Amino acid sequence: MAAASLTANVTMMSAGAPVAAAGFLGQIPALALEDGTVIITTAGAEQRVAAHPEAAILVAAAAAGRFITGGDDGRVVSVSPDGTAQEIADEKGKWIDAIAGREDGAIAWSCAKNVRSRDHEGTIKSFAAPSSVRGLAFMPKGYRIAIAHYDGASLWFPNAAAPPDTFKWKGSHLSVAVSPDGRFLVTAMQENTLHAWRISDKQDMRMSGYPAKTRSLSWSFDGHWLATSGADAAIIWPFKEKEGPISKAPLECGARPAKVTSVRFHPRSLVLAQGYEDGFLLLCRIPDGAEILVRAAPQDGRAISTLAWDATGRKLLFGTADGAAGLLDLPA
Amino acid sequence: MDEKIPVTVLTGYLGAGKTTLLNRILTEDHGQKFAVIVNEFGEIGIDNDLVIGADEEVFEMNNGCICCTVRGDLIRIIEGLLKRRGKFDAILVETTGLADPAPVAQTFFVDADVRQAARIDAVVTVADAKWLGERLKDAPEAKNQIAFADVIILNKIDLVGAKELDEVEARIRAINPYAKLHKTQNCAVPLDAVLGRNAFDLQRILEIEPEFLDAKDNHDHDHGGEHHDHHIHHHETHGLKHYHDEDMQSVALSIEGDVDPDKFVPWLQELVQREGPAILRSKGILAFKNEPKRFVFQGVHMLLDGDLQREWKPEEKRVSRLVFIGRNLKEDEITRGFLSCAA
Repeated sequence: MAAASLTANVTMMSAGAPVAAAGFLGQIPALALEDGTVIITTAGAEQRVAAHPEAAILVAAAAAGRFITGGDDGRVVSVSPDGTAQEIADEKGKWIDAIAGREDGAIAWSCAKNVRSRDHEGTIKSFAAPSSVRGLAFMPKGYRIAIAHYDGASLWFPNAAAPPDTFKWKGSHLSVAVSPDGRFLVTAMQENTLHAWRISDKQDMRMSGYPAKTRSLSWSFDGHWLATSGADAAIIWPFKEKEGPISKAPLECGARPAKVTSVRFHPRSLVLAQGYEDGFLLLCRIPDGAEILVRAAPQDGRAISTLAWDATGRKLLFGTADGAAGLLDLPA
Repeated sequence: MDEKIPVTVLTGYLGAGKTTLLNRILTEDHGQKFAVIVNEFGEIGIDNDLVIGADEEVFEMNNGCICCTVRGDLIRIIEGLLKRRGKFDAILVETTGLADPAPVAQTFFVDADVRQAARIDAVVTVADAKWLGERLKDAPEAKNQIAFADVIILNKIDLVGAKELDEVEARIRAINPYAKLHKTQNCAVPLDAVLGRNAFDLQRILEIEPEFLDAKDNHDHDHGGEHHDHHIHHHETHGLKHYHDEDMQSVALSIEGDVDPDKFVPWLQELVQREGPAILRSKGILAFKNEPKRFVFQGVHMLLDGDLQREWKPEEKRVSRLVFIGRNLKEDEITRGFLSCAA
């Protein structure tokens, strides 16, 4: 294999604590750390914001130019690029288990069974799910939220009185992702499988064969592919056809003797960033599988825990479970 | 890899004194900081920022194992606690009085991430000396908790007479002769009798051997002192009063010599697949033919965990032993099956 490499284009940073999520606040790279801190980096300088003092950030999402963080102190906090932290909600010590944000400024979070949605004007609506919620995602169109819980998923319109539309499948559903065209709803399950529904008729699909839980899901910009973690390669399912991946084999990219822990599709092209449990990071082109190295596995390296592209797709930010981070600047 | 975090599971029927023990563990100076997963806030008398409320959300795994239930909330909480690593040394899981300990234990067998980060240290059951006898008759949960326990705190012994105490102890032993039993008032037991037991550690199964394999050596080590432990074993009662519990028993088997692993392993797997719902716990130390090392295993319902351990010592007799604790165990069938595995 040709040793194509972009390692010289990576600027490494020391986060100092495991990175829960990476994101761009507009053009500014930012990291939410498990120790409760948010790091904002501007032109070589870095600002550390104690978003959750004396607590841990459990979940975080960058959207609409700010970082939304949820902690084990029960607080939901919004961190702006200038470093101001604003408390959005306080759930009185209950852990924030899931969080989602959207570019129009709407955010959603959950603690145990309670899901809250806050629109861009600040109006909060609540929904009590049938059981604990582990995953949240905004639908691409309309003010509607996909919720993963035990025995299925629900699609909830916070502004409608009607009960949520439910999608049933026995078991514990962890994270959830909706295709950019709004046709498919996919969850990662406790039993190392994925479950998908065609939203129009609730047709079930199961995708199995993973040796570990899938914790990272990413749709290609055109909605034709779903990349997933949890195996010794990125597993990429074809969703272009009406039937989704039914009776089709997935692509496998970047097979190595280490598990893929994080995947993120480029926002404008069919290029996948995929990080592994040993800290190795690769770009992989679909569908020919051409690979470019971004980071070799360091000695005793730990998992790539999060990946984020900026909106233009020129920069890739990554963070690791052992407190390292790096920024890839793609050559023009 | 980092040390696994020890997890103590605290069970006990309503009113037995579980909260008393919990508060002792949280307040006494034992040099350890606990993260505590509780079901009801407010019962705990002290402030601790690592007290986490749980919902006991039990669900079935879709893995073809009908009794394989796990605690979903526990998976979520332990994942979250790992982000606080370094701020606590051990985890304590309190279950509700009506809870079955199995889903908690099974969570640590089944979930790969939880298993990698944490290990069960022991299941500790607090029982009420005055009321346990009644509860064993009318509450299957109470019986499960006794059967499942590695350590039993028989509490409130001041409320019963010596004869009554003997009787309740005999009833406990009829169900579970293998757990460490401590008789207490106000759960006054040294905390090292409850914590740091390594009861689920395969490497330590040899250290619980005397109690596990031979009830004759079962001397009581608690502070009360004056209570002499009864030597009750499924096979040997030494003339003391021996109860037989109608539906929950233990079956202890041994073969003087080696077993054939090619017969034994499939037999055991088939047995737990078929009888798993009835088998609460299982343990064994086996001499495999042509194998210098001891094979040890333990199980919870259908889930088994086994490995080759240290070598048999030259002076040690190669004996293969098994113990099952469960409900309506088919002793004859299990005995026949095991004996046919002899090498």
